[in-house]
Amino acid sequence: MSKKADSKKSINSNTMLLLITIALFIVLYAGGCIAYGSKGFTHFQTFLNILITNAGLICVACGMTCVMLTGGIDISVGALIAMDCMLLAVGMQKGIGAVPMIILVLLIGIVFGIFQGFLVGYLEIQPFIVSMAGMFFCRGMTAVICTDQVSITQEISPTFYAWANAKVIVPFGGYTNNKGKYMAPYVRPGVVVALIVLIAIFLILRYTKFGRSLYAVGGSESSAAMMGLNVKLIKMKAYMLSSFLCSIGGICYCLNTMAGSVSQATGLEMDAISSAVIGGTLLTGGVGNVIGSFFGVLINGTISSIVKTNGKLASSWPNILTAALLFIFIVIQSLFAVLRSRQTGKR
Amino acid sequence: MEENVVLTARGISMTFPGVKALDGVDLTLRKGEIHALMGENGAGKSTLIKCLTGINDFEAGEIRIDGIDGPVKNHSTRDAQNVGISTVYQEVNLCPNLSVAENLFIGREPLTKLHTIDRKSYNKRSQKIMDELGISVDVTQNLENYSLAIQQMVAIARAVDMECKVLILDEPTSSLDDDEVEKLFVLMRGLREKGVSILFVTHFLEQVYAVCDRITVLRNGGFVGEYPISELPRVKLVAAMMGKDLDDLAEIKKEQKDFSKEPMEISAKGLSHAGTVKPFDLDIHKGEVVGIGGLLGSGRSELARCIYGADKAQTGTLEVNGKQVKINQPIDAMNKGMGMLPDDRKAEGIIADLSVRENIILALQAKRGMFRQLSRAQQEEIADRYIELVQIKTASKETLIKQLSGGNQQKVILARWLATDPDFLILDEPTRGIDIGTKSEIQKLIVKLAGEGKSVLFISSEIEEMLRTCNRMVIMRDGQKVGELDHELSQESVMKAIAGGEA
Repeated sequence: MSKKADSKKSINSNTMLLLITIALFIVLYAGGCIAYGSKGFTHFQTFLNILITNAGLICVACGMTCVMLTGGIDISVGALIAMDCMLLAVGMQKGIGAVPMIILVLLIGIVFGIFQGFLVGYLEIQPFIVSMAGMFFCRGMTAVICTDQVSITQEISPTFYAWANAKVIVPFGGYTNNKGKYMAPYVRPGVVVALIVLIAIFLILRYTKFGRSLYAVGGSESSAAMMGLNVKLIKMKAYMLSSFLCSIGGICYCLNTMAGSVSQATGLEMDAISSAVIGGTLLTGGVGNVIGSFFGVLINGTISSIVKTNGKLASSWPNILTAALLFIFIVIQSLFAVLRSRQTGKR
Repeated sequence: MEENVVLTARGISMTFPGVKALDGVDLTLRKGEIHALMGENGAGKSTLIKCLTGINDFEAGEIRIDGIDGPVKNHSTRDAQNVGISTVYQEVNLCPNLSVAENLFIGREPLTKLHTIDRKSYNKRSQKIMDELGISVDVTQNLENYSLAIQQMVAIARAVDMECKVLILDEPTSSLDDDEVEKLFVLMRGLREKGVSILFVTHFLEQVYAVCDRITVLRNGGFVGEYPISELPRVKLVAAMMGKDLDDLAEIKKEQKDFSKEPMEISAKGLSHAGTVKPFDLDIHKGEVVGIGGLLGSGRSELARCIYGADKAQTGTLEVNGKQVKINQPIDAMNKGMGMLPDDRKAEGIIADLSVRENIILALQAKRGMFRQLSRAQQEEIADRYIELVQIKTASKETLIKQLSGGNQQKVILARWLATDPDFLILDEPTRGIDIGTKSEIQKLIVKLAGEGKSVLFISSEIEEMLRTCNRMVIMRDGQKVGELDHELSQESVMKAIAGGEA
């Protein structure tokens, strides 16, 4: 990898961080394959299962990345997902169709995001405080809607049930099991949605005015304003996008859990933030990329998957490993920052 | 509008709560000239610029711009850009995390048919712009990979490319080294050829004479005058900025004493702090009062801060009482018997919510360390002694310091340092903003302290005051110590030294 870095002189430290993240994922995954090959870790389906489990998180992490690029944070996402799931479950239980409920959830996401974004952008309140209030609100509303766990069964909504159990067959990477039957690898519809979101946000961040202005605001808010950008509006849009993507993520999440409950998706906001950070997004804003965040999610997913496959390790191990990774990444990031400032200083 | 005039501002006035920041200021910019806007700190330069660029809302007066009928009033930077006024500030207002090209085009990117950003086209255009201006950069690289000078030039390139008629450069050179300044000047001269009017704000006198055609001088928010550069030699410029006429400078007689045989208290060799003070040597003898003269912003306070360790010296050595010492932070200096009264009384001096007694014992307590606390009785005794000694007018020693007048607050801080029994005191603008009576008391106190064998480094904007109290004066210009005057201390000699140059 170092050779690569040498041959291309324009490679910068941010690209470097992304490469490290990807390399780490490959190492982790390869490690899993070597250690647990006999337990089926090498099957392509294992990788796809990571995607299936984390489809919702991928959407949320994309939104979180956008907000973090502006230098902000949105910790309301976990609670918003819980509220989305509860709404979907209760709404469908009451006989409302899956499609209208999904549209409602998306609209709520947009409105909620506009409100949070207004507070952050126009009233200049600390994003942490705003989204913490948003978190309490959503978690509270979830309980107001219903305190019990509500399952979405086939009877309640055949459409939603069918989506949840639909298989999107991947045309390669299958294997023949020991009974001689070909096992085609598959993903759930949620994964398709998540990947579409990922690609869309990647393109938006890279090729649109709005996307670049997120970087500008994160790089220097006052400069962005001086250069004639509408910083307040841009920030509001970022939070709107985050909540909207979070609602999409909530639907994907619901397709996995098929239930609404008050304690759902607790701490998911932290998973999203840690994925973004491991993926090279700086908390200070201005630097980051959804591809990195995607790999961040995959790394977290791989760790859980390894621990699960092992079967003997306590379920708290993924947390400890994530903590270690976060620590390593933050140290690497600040090392790069120091190196860079030295370089600039010298010239 | 006169021919060739691009912008006129007439009678601009503006008030901040309690302060008249601008009072009837005029400014005339002609096509293709570099126009210096000069004045000491607080003269109203920044306020005037902010009025031109729409950040401040001026109350009276009008601004006219060539090609626009009627007076112009900008309400935002954007408005100003639309009428052709662009500004580049001291702090580069660009995004370091974006590429050079993006910084040039953000907010006005060329779009493709799909409404996405046309990266190829703006990279190409950016490279062309930078090549035309003679700045060699790879526009696809992030801005943070380039030096401050280049960043500054990118900011200028952005401003110029927005078809500005008037380019305002607000202290663009203060963080650049000499080579970089020269590059910037080449760029500025090139723009002048192209017909851009540049309003150049700087406190470096040399730079004004190196590139400018005309000078407008402000003082205390008022308009002093507009002069072609050839008619305003340095000394006259300094006089205009400080509000003194060389002709009325009366000599103030003062008894001179020779200190060169006294033992050395402080001896600095080659001390410097990057960006604020260039390396300087300074010797101060026991019982001597040394003044630092220079314009505001010339590095007077910074020199003192460097000795005291408030800004850690990066080069050079310091001897105290003939012994070499290492001073990394103020407490080190305090332990060597130094004390410093900072110029920003509110921010760095008083602790507003503590009582007079607590403020007085603060430095002494800090010097003793946290675990050797002064007893209440000791504290009260010290407070009483110094309230008496420097004659602080306070209801009691338990009165909160914020309730005292500025002059008395200053005396409390002076008392704080006297309580530590320092051998060397740095007084940075100890008399600013206090009434005449208290001023002369403080001046007398300085002379008295010197009589007791303490050395004093005295910084003041009032030359008369320093002439009265100092035995010797050090002259600062542009962060550099440019001279020392020990005999023939007079208004005229000091002002000439401050102005420097041949004039």
